[in-house]
Amino acid sequence: MNWEEGLKSREIAGKLTARIKKSTAGYSGTICIMEVCGTHTVALRRSGIHSLLPDNIRLISGPGCPVCVTPTGYIDNALDLASEKDIIVATFGDMVKVPGSNRASLSSFMGEDKIKIVYSPGELITLANHTDKQVVFLGIGFETTIPTIASVFLRASREKMKNLFLYTAFKTVPPALKALLQDKNRYFNGFLLPGHVSAVIGRKAYDFLTEENGVPGVIAGFEPADMLSGIASLVELIIQERNAVVNGYTRAVREDGNRKAREVISELLEPGEERWRSLGIIPDSGLRLKKEFQAFDAEKVFSLPPVIDKEQPGCICGEVILGKAAPAECGLFGTECTPDHPVGPCMVSSEGTCSAYLRYTI
Amino acid sequence: MCLAVPMEITKILDSGQAKARQGKNEIDIDVSLLEDPKPGDYVIIHAGFAIETLDLNEAEKRIDLFRQLDEQNQEAEQEA
Amino acid sequence: MDILKRTPEIKLEHGSGGALSRELIEEIIYPIIKNDGYSELLDAAELSLQGPPLFTTDTFVVDPPVFPGGDIGKLAVFGTCNDVAVAGGHPRYLSMGMVLEEGFPVHTLVSVLESAAGAAAENGVRFVTGDTKVVPRGKGGGIFLNTAGIGEKEFQYSLSPSGISPGDEILISGPVGSHGITILAAREKLPVGTNVVSDCAFLYPLCKQLFAFGEKVKFIRDATRGGAAAILNEIVFGTQLGIDTREEAYPVLPEVASAAEILGLNPLEVANEGVLVTVVSAGSGREALREMRKNSLGEKAAIIGTVTEDHPGRVVLETSIGGRRILDFPRGLLLPRIC
Repeated sequence: MNWEEGLKSREIAGKLTARIKKSTAGYSGTICIMEVCGTHTVALRRSGIHSLLPDNIRLISGPGCPVCVTPTGYIDNALDLASEKDIIVATFGDMVKVPGSNRASLSSFMGEDKIKIVYSPGELITLANHTDKQVVFLGIGFETTIPTIASVFLRASREKMKNLFLYTAFKTVPPALKALLQDKNRYFNGFLLPGHVSAVIGRKAYDFLTEENGVPGVIAGFEPADMLSGIASLVELIIQERNAVVNGYTRAVREDGNRKAREVISELLEPGEERWRSLGIIPDSGLRLKKEFQAFDAEKVFSLPPVIDKEQPGCICGEVILGKAAPAECGLFGTECTPDHPVGPCMVSSEGTCSAYLRYTI
Repeated sequence: MCLAVPMEITKILDSGQAKARQGKNEIDIDVSLLEDPKPGDYVIIHAGFAIETLDLNEAEKRIDLFRQLDEQNQEAEQEA
Repeated sequence: MDILKRTPEIKLEHGSGGALSRELIEEIIYPIIKNDGYSELLDAAELSLQGPPLFTTDTFVVDPPVFPGGDIGKLAVFGTCNDVAVAGGHPRYLSMGMVLEEGFPVHTLVSVLESAAGAAAENGVRFVTGDTKVVPRGKGGGIFLNTAGIGEKEFQYSLSPSGISPGDEILISGPVGSHGITILAAREKLPVGTNVVSDCAFLYPLCKQLFAFGEKVKFIRDATRGGAAAILNEIVFGTQLGIDTREEAYPVLPEVASAAEILGLNPLEVANEGVLVTVVSAGSGREALREMRKNSLGEKAAIIGTVTEDHPGRVVLETSIGGRRILDFPRGLLLPRIC
């Protein structure tokens, strides 16, 4: 069995689970771990790990779902752009079904030449070169995705393209974690940190967690053994009351991350304040186009109104995203709000907590 | 936010592009975010871009560590 | 065909009932579709069946109309015939209703019809009647097909899911996820999954092998939209039964598994066009498996689960690491993800 098979193997999963059970055997409290990353939320549930963990470990979700933390106002603006005759809105598939403040989503434009779903931002150059329309790309994502988009727009700039634009909603992880640590009601004991964001920003970027107000953090990958070993390490740190930041995804994450990717980001973008759904405005947590690239900035070129955050009545996605409420505590969960008729992003996003809970939990 | 898959670079092309393979799937990827991509490198692909090279030695080391887990568990029990 | 040079695209007049309509039908459509059962252009066809009739209909709107492994014509034949077969019948006759959009390329129409005619002829099924309409540019999807199918009921026992009981075994006939990924890759022009091919196939011979098991076969259905996950959920939703199924048991072609992983999709939730799910009585699983594997369409058949009294109305999946979680109805549109 090679390492790839080992990461998915039942045998190794069994050993890691036994290790976790051993660590928590004598522990009298509940260990509450925040899975920061939405991809972890889904991967944990899809692999059935929840069913293997002892009862005194609770996993709660965090704000690392880029779709979930995008305020409704951004979608509303995207919908306005799509309805313009000469604009094509290009987006990752993840955004297509997310409702704006009036429940409409970009999916209502599917089949018309108004939206284009891309798998990779690399497709944008060809798309823009083959149309007379203006192409606006919805720039959603954290540090994993941001360099891929930045790379494309740097190229668009070099090639002096005139019909490709970027509508940024980029967010960065460390400021969000700092904001969570400031919550006076501490409701979690540690962070399971996002593996691929970490591959870009490096283990060092989380050292602020070791400060007085911090909690332990373990960086984990996404295969079953990655997640189980991440949880095992985190549980031990929590029980020992040690605020360390451990790299549990050493094959992909370096101390200093991917410097070249970060250079690409900082060539095109600069930090600025950003509005997160429910967390409000977090300073320096967003990335905007630098002045010299203003010509590509959709917000300026199309005079888009500032993004507001308007929740649907009864929707508590804001609290669910932060792990403060469980999906079942929402009055709309499973009744008015289902994956087929979503009210909020937690239900419609492929990584949303509510959709993961409804779809995978026994 | 982190959906990415490991693939092996099979060929470097121009302008920061390369061919990468996972099982029977071969796709074109962008390797311009990597310092020194080479054929044979295992990389993580997200949205069509390689965002980091995988250290296979580390991968092997960790799996070995996991394999030895129940021996460690048993030793700990014997010592107790 | 000279007519192809004269008429590269469908025009509105092709649907108006006049001279161009006659030309379309008599010089393009009919020569391709005609067969022993359809040797004259009559408004209605006389049929002769060897048993009680089974009747079904299905409409096909797949985009793009031509894709690796098949096209809308082949799908329209196999899809409808498979509906007859899984209901216990031998598919015999088809009607072909077409709605063409103004501007649709005639050479594509010809190739789709040839494909449909071939698919029918190879499997002893005949087109016996049809209709064609044309809609203005922008009002249609290029080509939409409806096929109604009639077959002879061969299987005398009930195939209604209400006959299913705890302990019954569930089998799948072949690898899952191929068709849906092929269509998604072709439609969205994705750089992934280009070596995946649709599995669309005529399932009657496989069904016939299952008919021989008599009462031991309780249910057969082809796993189309929503994949295997949809069928399993359809069987137990709203009932007092549950299903336990194992992730590792499902056959998946390596290129499909790989494309699915890259796109963030689950092959169990993706459409197929050449795969069936069958429920057989407790203890008959191995025998049914051996029988299906004799057929090339069932080479990779597998036992994927059992019906249970636990967790009524839900399908529980044992994951590859031994965990458990729900396998839900697939929800919403199939879209590639980066998250």
